[in-house]
Amino acid sequence: MAVSGGPFGTMDKALLLKIHTLMVRARILEERCIKMGRTGEGYFWIGGPGEEAFNVSLGLQVKKGQGPRYDYLNFHYRSSATLLAMGATTIDGIRQMRTVATDPYTKGRNFVNHYCVPEWNVVPVTSTIETQYSTAIGTAIANARTPGDAVTIVTGGDGGTAEGDFHSCLVWANRPVLPLPILIIVVNNHYAISVPEQTQHGEKKISDWGKVFGMAAKTIDGNDVAESYGAIKEALAYCREERKPYLLEAVCSRLYGHSSASGANRVNEPDCIALFEEKLAAQGVAKKEDLEKVWSQALAEVDDAHQQVKKEPYPAPESIWEGVYAEPLPPSYPTKGGS
Amino acid sequence: MASMVQAIRLALHYGEENLGVREIFGEDVGPPLGGVFTATQGLRTAWNSPLDERGIVGAAMGLAWAGFRPVAEIQFVDYIFNVIDLLKLAANATWTSGGRYKTPMVVMTPTGSGIHGSIYHSHSFDSIATKLHGMKVVCPSNPLDAYGLMISAIKDDNPVLFLKPKALLRVKGEDLIPGEPADEKELRAMIDAPIGDRTQWKPRWPDVKEYAVPIGQAKISKAGNDATVVTHGRLAPVALDVAKALAAAGTGDVEVVDMRSLVPYDWELIKASIKKTGRVLFLNEETEITNFGEHLFRRTVDELFYDLKVRPRLLCGKATPGVGLSPVLEYATVPQKADVERALRELIDEPA
Repeated sequence: MAVSGGPFGTMDKALLLKIHTLMVRARILEERCIKMGRTGEGYFWIGGPGEEAFNVSLGLQVKKGQGPRYDYLNFHYRSSATLLAMGATTIDGIRQMRTVATDPYTKGRNFVNHYCVPEWNVVPVTSTIETQYSTAIGTAIANARTPGDAVTIVTGGDGGTAEGDFHSCLVWANRPVLPLPILIIVVNNHYAISVPEQTQHGEKKISDWGKVFGMAAKTIDGNDVAESYGAIKEALAYCREERKPYLLEAVCSRLYGHSSASGANRVNEPDCIALFEEKLAAQGVAKKEDLEKVWSQALAEVDDAHQQVKKEPYPAPESIWEGVYAEPLPPSYPTKGGS
Repeated sequence: MASMVQAIRLALHYGEENLGVREIFGEDVGPPLGGVFTATQGLRTAWNSPLDERGIVGAAMGLAWAGFRPVAEIQFVDYIFNVIDLLKLAANATWTSGGRYKTPMVVMTPTGSGIHGSIYHSHSFDSIATKLHGMKVVCPSNPLDAYGLMISAIKDDNPVLFLKPKALLRVKGEDLIPGEPADEKELRAMIDAPIGDRTQWKPRWPDVKEYAVPIGQAKISKAGNDATVVTHGRLAPVALDVAKALAAAGTGDVEVVDMRSLVPYDWELIKASIKKTGRVLFLNEETEITNFGEHLFRRTVDELFYDLKVRPRLLCGKATPGVGLSPVLEYATVPQKADVERALRELIDEPA
């Protein structure tokens, strides 16, 4: 059923409620991970609360699969809502936060929200800022060389756009000999850790970098579900059909600061879920009590997952030697750690 | 006989025709130049990239994850330092992903001194390269090994850094590559682009065959009983020349171990040689202070201390910020033949 005439355009009720549920599950998951970091059950936390409107809208529109006939995802570490929208589970996020052996992304080796899902073309997420914009060049070349409509999607923050990798990505995406089908996303939360964007960046808008190349580019309100969903739809359609790049800047809130290093305390910025719920209620899409039920269900899901993960083992010390190479280590590889 | 650069070109041709290589790229790698040393001349899948090392390595990583088996070139190893974090990511992607992602890519790059290249065309990278754990690092010293190592590097499911000794790229080999025409003039006419306009030129590739030098396997290029020299790349033929001269003069019987692979390295072969001779010189042109040879030296002391007749030696580059252009400066900085002779004589002559 289309909710016509209101702020949701042609988005139907089922889609809106699905987006809402995913946003809430992502928020509850992130808040649980923050708590686990504080209580010593995990270590460093970094994630994406505040980006759910944009990230869920993105995850739902990915052409998901393995290999160059499907979209490649070069994500940063604020993408939990995108992963959940693609079908990831909350329990796997908790596993990574607790560094247990069952962490399917990194086997207890990396920080939370550092995903890796080869079956969905999610390439390894890394803590190095902006390197995903360089690796995205390669996955996008693979997409460009392959018949079909698959594209590469890369995400990062405003701070990282100062790095050369962002500019490498723009240059390579716009090579006249081989334009790349790549959706270059910058989530602008106006901070690089503690440093305000306006003190370091003279660009009026990050999407203005697109003007240099004459490429498709846009800045949107990433806190708004309908605007995000529609802009992503339009940008992806352009990349898929034209086989060209699109630069999309989404202005979003950062609700718990950069990471646990700065306390991960809630800040007073617009909350995309609260904004969405107001609109859902105002448009008569959902009743307040139905929305509250989504929160309690998500909380119960995460509670159950958390209890389960507490029973799961940590990695074995000798597992450090697994995966140094694609094949087992040669017998004479030095493994003693000195004399 | 093919030169090393022709051998690499033949291996890349074999790779794009038979081993699934789909993208060979870097600065000046495509036509008309085909690489500043011509390693990629005439290749079907070779193309020019922007002048951007980070983009080149990033593109290789993404292509590797997509299964395209790329071969990327960094024009000189001296310009690889701004991509160390990307190389580290390439090296650790399999491990950090719990073994779920493979990164089959080759980054090839000319390394070392010997072409009067001054400060930014004379660097060695061995020690830093061997710290990128998860990356394999190879460095041939002759065309046939270059051919066989490139084929192994292409087939490998790990990232491989293929170090090409600049000083040896134009040196011809002593062994034919399987399928190589015996007449080197014929080979040149077939695969070397003409001087001047080459827009209509196409190579005629000889029907080269698969020949793999396994990564991790060293080679004894001359057997001997009195002392062992462990080396690779530019200094391997130098060590071999010196060893042959000592043998001819009857003043020493030196075993020359050409490592070929720096990581993983062939410790079993190195160990057996040192056990046999009790005397060892580690020889490379990287700078002193955390030199890769120092690791081998330490392992020798740990595992072979009681087999040694005299203290082990390291001959390597001086720990200066660069290699100066004037030949006087270059020769004073990186080991030359006379230095190798002196070091081996001292090693042999020291009373046990």
